[in-house]
Amino acid sequence: MAEDSLSARLLPAAPPSEPSWTKWDSLSAGLSRLHGPTGWTVILSLVLLFGVAIPLLNRLPAADSAWHIPDYLVTLFGKFLCYALVALALDLIWGFAGILSLGHGVFFALGGYAMGMHLMRTMAGEGVYRSELPDFMVFLNWKEMPWFWHGFEHFGYALSMALLVPGLLAFVFGFFAFRSRIKGVYFSIITQALTYALMLLFFRNETGLGGNNGLTDFKRILGFSLQEPSTRLGLYLLTAFLLLLSYLLCRYLVNARFGRVLTAICDAESRIMFCGYDSLHYKLFAWTLSAVLCGLAGALYVPQVGIINPSEMAPAASIEMIIWVAVGGRGALYGALLGAGVINGAKSWLTVAFPEIWLFFLGGLFIVVTLFMPRGLIGLLDLRRRRKTA
Amino acid sequence: MPDLRLPTLFSRWFRLVLTLLLLGLLQPALATDDAVFQETAKALAGADRNAIRQAVETLGVSQDARALPMLEALRDGRLAVTPEGRLLLRNGEALTNALSGEPVALPTETLSAPPLNNAIRRVLTAAIAQLQLVSPDRKARLSAARALADNPHEEDAPALRQALAKEQDAEVRAALALALAQLDLNSSEPAARLAAVELLGKEGGPKARPLLEQMLAKTEGDELLSQAVNQALANLDFRQALVNQAGNFFYGLSLGSILLLAALGLAITFGLMGVINMAHGEMLMLGAYATYIVQNLFRAWLPGWFDWYPLAALPAAFLVSALVGMALERSVIRYLYGRPLETLLATWGISLLLIQIVRLLFGAQNVEVANPAWLSGGVALAPGLVLPYSRLATIAFAALVLLLVWLLFQRTWLGLQVRAVTQIRPMAASMGINTARVDMLTFGLGSGVAGLGGVALSQLGNVGPELGQSYIVDCFMVVVLGGVGKLAGTVAGALGLGMVNKFLEPFAGAVLGKIAVLIIIILFIQKRPQGLFAPKGRLVEN
Repeated sequence: MAEDSLSARLLPAAPPSEPSWTKWDSLSAGLSRLHGPTGWTVILSLVLLFGVAIPLLNRLPAADSAWHIPDYLVTLFGKFLCYALVALALDLIWGFAGILSLGHGVFFALGGYAMGMHLMRTMAGEGVYRSELPDFMVFLNWKEMPWFWHGFEHFGYALSMALLVPGLLAFVFGFFAFRSRIKGVYFSIITQALTYALMLLFFRNETGLGGNNGLTDFKRILGFSLQEPSTRLGLYLLTAFLLLLSYLLCRYLVNARFGRVLTAICDAESRIMFCGYDSLHYKLFAWTLSAVLCGLAGALYVPQVGIINPSEMAPAASIEMIIWVAVGGRGALYGALLGAGVINGAKSWLTVAFPEIWLFFLGGLFIVVTLFMPRGLIGLLDLRRRRKTA
Repeated sequence: MPDLRLPTLFSRWFRLVLTLLLLGLLQPALATDDAVFQETAKALAGADRNAIRQAVETLGVSQDARALPMLEALRDGRLAVTPEGRLLLRNGEALTNALSGEPVALPTETLSAPPLNNAIRRVLTAAIAQLQLVSPDRKARLSAARALADNPHEEDAPALRQALAKEQDAEVRAALALALAQLDLNSSEPAARLAAVELLGKEGGPKARPLLEQMLAKTEGDELLSQAVNQALANLDFRQALVNQAGNFFYGLSLGSILLLAALGLAITFGLMGVINMAHGEMLMLGAYATYIVQNLFRAWLPGWFDWYPLAALPAAFLVSALVGMALERSVIRYLYGRPLETLLATWGISLLLIQIVRLLFGAQNVEVANPAWLSGGVALAPGLVLPYSRLATIAFAALVLLLVWLLFQRTWLGLQVRAVTQIRPMAASMGINTARVDMLTFGLGSGVAGLGGVALSQLGNVGPELGQSYIVDCFMVVVLGGVGKLAGTVAGALGLGMVNKFLEPFAGAVLGKIAVLIIIILFIQKRPQGLFAPKGRLVEN
């Protein structure tokens, strides 16, 4: 190996010894390792649907046409895609490493707050009070910005914070928790306490993040007005693209040796440790990556929805995220995406059409899924496929 | 060493008997007092303003219970005089004889009112305050003493001194001392000033501080007095610190007992049975709503017994929560034994259902649960430290429930079976124990105990559909902190959390204190994942 790299540096580039089509071959081999032909067909058609058909139907037909997709629906789909990203992140740790987090709302909200702070900073002087400070600080009679608000006027900084802060929190928290072998239900309860504590913290006005109301009334992102349909469509497309990338990354990870070690840890942690693997590293990496993905989802969510407040950190919000994965079927990644879409679609419809029914529906879903559909919707699909072949 | 020699003891008894005898001898003297009282009261009916003023003053120092209503009526213009010179109290339309208390029917036109002037009004206010100072009602004494402390007069000093000598209640004592000391601080006698300063230092409470500070500015040259004032200030600070610590301790204990009541049921369902019951908070909520229903039933059917409704609510709340709990165990939870994460999700679903059902039945708003009279009010231990009866009752109730649960587990056949099943299930089954039935009963017991906690919570805070949600995180913290499967651990966890919370609050504020506690727990569990009271032996490996 060392000789190879040495010669590669010293000698002029040799003509490729292999014909170029083998590169395509290895790429396609890599791709087919991620998914079979059916899988890729589904992905491609979904990409066409969400990436091409919906934007075109939004832009081209006249507003009164039956084919027209109104702007609010585009934003709603964008929101669902953000939730799907969260569900993906949850499935990575719950479906493969068996770690049930009841506190992922924290990472989502932290990412959202970082983006919200950037949006607040870039609209300085345009608030209700025409002050350089965000409105709520003027309202609280503050004279200067708290130290942690500095730097958020730069988009790059804010974006990196949206990923780094959740990642760092998850890393530190996970390091201590996994090191002392806190597992199963105990870990879940501690994550719930974490999100509860941070929710209380963010509810305080003195914390300096808008207290009860959170951050809202955003005007524009990178110079584009957030009221413009084209900006919203752009954000939606970005979300869809990042979701696709994240999905492929996670799919790659769980199909690689890493994923198999994770599954093994889930099944028999002590045995995998006796085999010489340090389970801490694997769990910690998956856990941190999951938090970073949640932070990304939060950062994409805030400019589209236009508000971020501490209720995103309520224990109930985090548990609702769990049901997305449970309904879709955990341990398959695409199940989580399906679950997030189905549940949130149902929620959007039911909370408007039958507001009293929604909680019955949600509560019943928790019970029915755990009792009768342990593998979720994906399990039902598999069952049908197996019956057909049998 | 207490002196326990027989003659001394005997002489103490002897003195007591002697005193009682003397009191008996005094009876005729009291009777003549009554005659004097009658005579003085007559003067009020006259037209002579001087006589009225003197009568008011005499009534002010009298020990008669009828004097206060009479003087208050005079102040408010409700005292009426009949043409024959009898005194009547007017209460709206009703008339009563001021001396005998009998109702009287007379046309109002014939009545006149005693003439009042400013001189009479002045002595009247003082006399009423003096009478109130010795009133048997604590609230009346306190408000009278406070009124005097706000506006002290030289002529009240003897009455204040008398009242202070007899007063037991700390808060009233503080107000009395404050009133008295204000009079004496301006006295020309150095000894009286010194005594006043000392009195303030000992009894004055937080309100004495500005007074003493003012005094300190005026003590130029008087070395002795300024020393005394400084000493008194230091005294006050020390007492205040003690009171604060005692208050923290009490409120910590109170919060701890609330947490204990809330978490005890979970200690049974989660701790013993290992069921992650996220619907535990809703069992509390059901208990609180059962209390609400019982309260409404009492209000409608037994208004005379309304004060005792919480006692009737206890069995009702226990039954409601226990029945719901048993139904849940039979219908959902038993299919999920051994799958903790699934149990967690299913019970969360159950909690959503229960919340929504309650919301549809009773509305989304908080319902009003009234405190019975015997739970309102409190004991004042020191100025600024009042122990509300409702909190004292909660502490006692928590101890009682704990005792009952402990007895149930240690002394009854059911408890024996529960312990057997939770320790080694197959062995218990092969000894003929119906484990499924024991599971159901244990879960019902845990839920029922949560219902009892709900009764206590309904007396302390708001009752609404989300009541349980605000306790669920705390409950799990208590059980996890204490160590799963140990009642003693749950007690230690609850009281420890309550104490730490309340002692952190003064430094960090309520919210930051709570956050700090959660972080402390998270760090603590890192160190001791098994909780405070780790199980030993075969239980350690799951």
